[in-house]
Amino acid sequence: MEAAVFLLFGLVALVSAIMVVAHRNPVYATMSLVVTLVATAVLFVLLGSPFLAALQILLYTGAILVLFLFVIMLLNIGRERPSGARTTAQTWGSVLLALLLAGSLCRLLWDAHSDSVPAPLEVQFTSLRGVSDLLFSTYLLPFEMIGLLLLVAVVAASWVARRAEGEPPVDPEEERP
Amino acid sequence: MSVPISGYLLLAAVLFAIGVIGALTRRSGIAIFLSIELMLNAANLTLAAYSRLLGDRAGQMVIFFALAVAAAEAAVGLALFIGIYRLRRTIDVNRLNLMRW
Amino acid sequence: MQPVDLLWLVPALPFLGAAVNALLVRNHQKSLISAVGVGFPGLSLALALAILWQYLASIRPQAIEQVLYAWTTGDFAIDVGFRLDPLSAVMLFVVTFVGFWIHLYSVGYMGHEAGYRRFFSYLNLFMGMMLLLVLGNNFVVLFVGWEGVGLCSYLLIGFYYEEVFPPFAGKKAFVVNRIGDFAFLLGVFAIYANWGTLRFGELGERVLADPATAHRPYLLGLSVAGFVALCLFGGATGKSAQIPLFVWLPDAMAGPTPVSALIHAATMVTAGVYMVVRANVFYQLAPEISMVVAVIGAATAIFAATIGLAQNDIKKVLAYSTVSQLGYMFLAAGVGAYTAAIFHLATHAFFKACLFLGSGSVIHAMGGEQDMRKMGGLRKQLPVTYRTFWISTLAIAGIPPLAGFFSKDEILAGAFAYGADLYKLLWIVGLVTAGLTACYMFRAVYLTFEGRFRGSHEQEHHLHESPRVMTLPLVVLAAGAVVAGWVGIPAGLWHAFGLPDKNLLHHFLAPVVAELPERAAEHEMSVAIELALMLASVVVAVTGILLARRWWLARGLAADEAFAARAGAVRRLLENKYWVDEIYDRLVVRPLRGLARVCWKVVDTLVIDGALHVGAFVTELTGDLGRFTTTGNVRQYALYFLGGVVLLFWWMIL
Repeated sequence: MEAAVFLLFGLVALVSAIMVVAHRNPVYATMSLVVTLVATAVLFVLLGSPFLAALQILLYTGAILVLFLFVIMLLNIGRERPSGARTTAQTWGSVLLALLLAGSLCRLLWDAHSDSVPAPLEVQFTSLRGVSDLLFSTYLLPFEMIGLLLLVAVVAASWVARRAEGEPPVDPEEERP
Repeated sequence: MSVPISGYLLLAAVLFAIGVIGALTRRSGIAIFLSIELMLNAANLTLAAYSRLLGDRAGQMVIFFALAVAAAEAAVGLALFIGIYRLRRTIDVNRLNLMRW
Repeated sequence: MQPVDLLWLVPALPFLGAAVNALLVRNHQKSLISAVGVGFPGLSLALALAILWQYLASIRPQAIEQVLYAWTTGDFAIDVGFRLDPLSAVMLFVVTFVGFWIHLYSVGYMGHEAGYRRFFSYLNLFMGMMLLLVLGNNFVVLFVGWEGVGLCSYLLIGFYYEEVFPPFAGKKAFVVNRIGDFAFLLGVFAIYANWGTLRFGELGERVLADPATAHRPYLLGLSVAGFVALCLFGGATGKSAQIPLFVWLPDAMAGPTPVSALIHAATMVTAGVYMVVRANVFYQLAPEISMVVAVIGAATAIFAATIGLAQNDIKKVLAYSTVSQLGYMFLAAGVGAYTAAIFHLATHAFFKACLFLGSGSVIHAMGGEQDMRKMGGLRKQLPVTYRTFWISTLAIAGIPPLAGFFSKDEILAGAFAYGADLYKLLWIVGLVTAGLTACYMFRAVYLTFEGRFRGSHEQEHHLHESPRVMTLPLVVLAAGAVVAGWVGIPAGLWHAFGLPDKNLLHHFLAPVVAELPERAAEHEMSVAIELALMLASVVVAVTGILLARRWWLARGLAADEAFAARAGAVRRLLENKYWVDEIYDRLVVRPLRGLARVCWKVVDTLVIDGALHVGAFVTELTGDLGRFTTTGNVRQYALYFLGGVVLLFWWMIL
């Protein structure tokens, strides 16, 4: 049962990941990423972290990717022009290296964990209670610092994206970049 | 039948590689950013798998924080994109070449 | 404050004079230049006389040492110090006295020269260096003076540096000297290695205390003493122009005549003799090397004398004469007659300086002409010059009671009495050379001063006696040439007249000669033999003069021409100085030049520069290739980043 779910959503994740990378239209790419993230969330559940799955969908897809979409719409980013890299060599070089990396990782992981058995699942592990216990005790300081980090990010983002004095707003009718 | 943990790990590795390819190959800045998010997601998946393998909830904590950091990073990065667009009217990475001699 | 306490001032004053003239005086202030240039050596002379007076009166025969400061300390401790003992006292007198009069002469001779200030600066510098040499209390200070006079010789030979030849001659002098200096230094090193000190007093004591060290077998199949003696003598052959390193002296005549007088007759060239006498303990401990010294001395004497017979330039005649007389001095040293060597050194300084200054007077009168074939009959126009020149020539020929007779005779007696038959042969060589000396010197006198004038009309009109500032030194030096010999009248002669032995110089210098048990007992010759030897020398000298009269007084240049006609090859051989320079050129100079060229073209250009070029090329290449990584293209950088990650991953984890 688990295997079926894994295979299905794994495949979905894979395919949509490829679509993220392949699609020229930024909106389609973003939507593909959404799909990937949701499939990953399911996998999280399979791995015994339903809370994180929920967080993923809420935050990642619900907030971050929405933000992406906002910016895409705001800047009216159109279809990407082809020929991404400056030379074919660069493209193929990157692909090759990435595959190399993937291959090495796979090899490593397989060697290490081909016969690893996960520990038995405890309720402590999966429940929200368990997560929050840990979060508000041992990891309290990082938790607070995350809050600070988010504050800083908000301030920074607002400031960087501000419109300077006398500058006209971005015109959506303008020639697409 | 349960899935061996290595399956998740391998999947994560492949997703990561796909993200790398995207980051290095795409021309639009937004697309590159999306690929980066994909990479982050793959890392999270790996963490979750290991957390499950070892029974250690610390992994889940890290994912939590990684998620938050990703949010912050996305916010700032997109703000930068807006800033760049204002200046150069383009997100095309090939045209953002001020570092070139 | 006693005069002796100011010993250090004697060399210091000329240095000061040189510095003042070089740095503080302007070129046009001629009287100031003269005052400084002659004044400082004059002060030095006055001080030296005072010191000598005190020394003779109260201190002798002790040696006085005055250390200025310690140059180095520790294991190799060298002082800058001075030593006043009988030997350095004699040298001190000769150098300051003759030097002063030559400086005075130069005021007149060099008066019209453009480099007047430079001349006096260099000449004073020379005086200072020479005084360092003779007054130094250890080999290092001596060597500083040794090299210093070599430098000044170079500077002064090449004084007329705008002409072609003088700089060449200066270089030649310096380079040939350097070869000798190499040997000299080896000797000094050997001394230090074996006895641990270079101070004269200390060294003498240590050598005498332990003769075994001196006789130990060392390098080149010689004993330690032999090696040291040979090496030191090598230096002497360079500085004092003996075979094989004499070739620089005739060419050194390119310098101004006062330079030839001071440096190449009276003082610098005698430094080798002084040094050998200083180190006489080594020569006494190595009789085989002493023999070498004597043989080379005698050979040089006769060799140079024969060349002098066929030279046409008056200064060249005097130059070869100097080489020949220096040979006598080394002959004396080689037979153990060290006192005689110094005696001859001193008398030679007087008459040779007078001869050179006289020739300068002639050249001055002839408007720069030095070729005797253009001279003749000058005795009328240059009376003082003629008379002093004539007196000095008599002295050098060895006619009693002038100085040269006594000194030369003592040398010949020493050779005769030394022992082995070889030395009788050397005595004969010395005797023949004396005859030759008389002959060629009077040839010079007759060709220059007698007969009819053979020069051009303008030269004839220009003839005039030199001014007082030039003739006064001539007179003084000629007077010295007459009386200087009287301090060394040999014991035999005293005894012949039933008088007590008053060979002043001999007694004075006796402490300097090391007392060695194996030293041949002071050659006790019978009075009869001694008188016979003296008679022989006089006869030979007079014969030489008479021959010169017959040939050159009577017939002038025709004699030379007749000689050329009758024995042309011989005459050519002599005139071309046995082609020694040409031989050296083929054997030594050209191979060295070739070697230098190889070093330049191959080693320097190809190898060394090549290595640098390769290095630069590699750097450039690396740069050119490395340029491709810094494109500013971020995506490329990301690619490198990825590559690095993969590599790291492989290296660290797999």
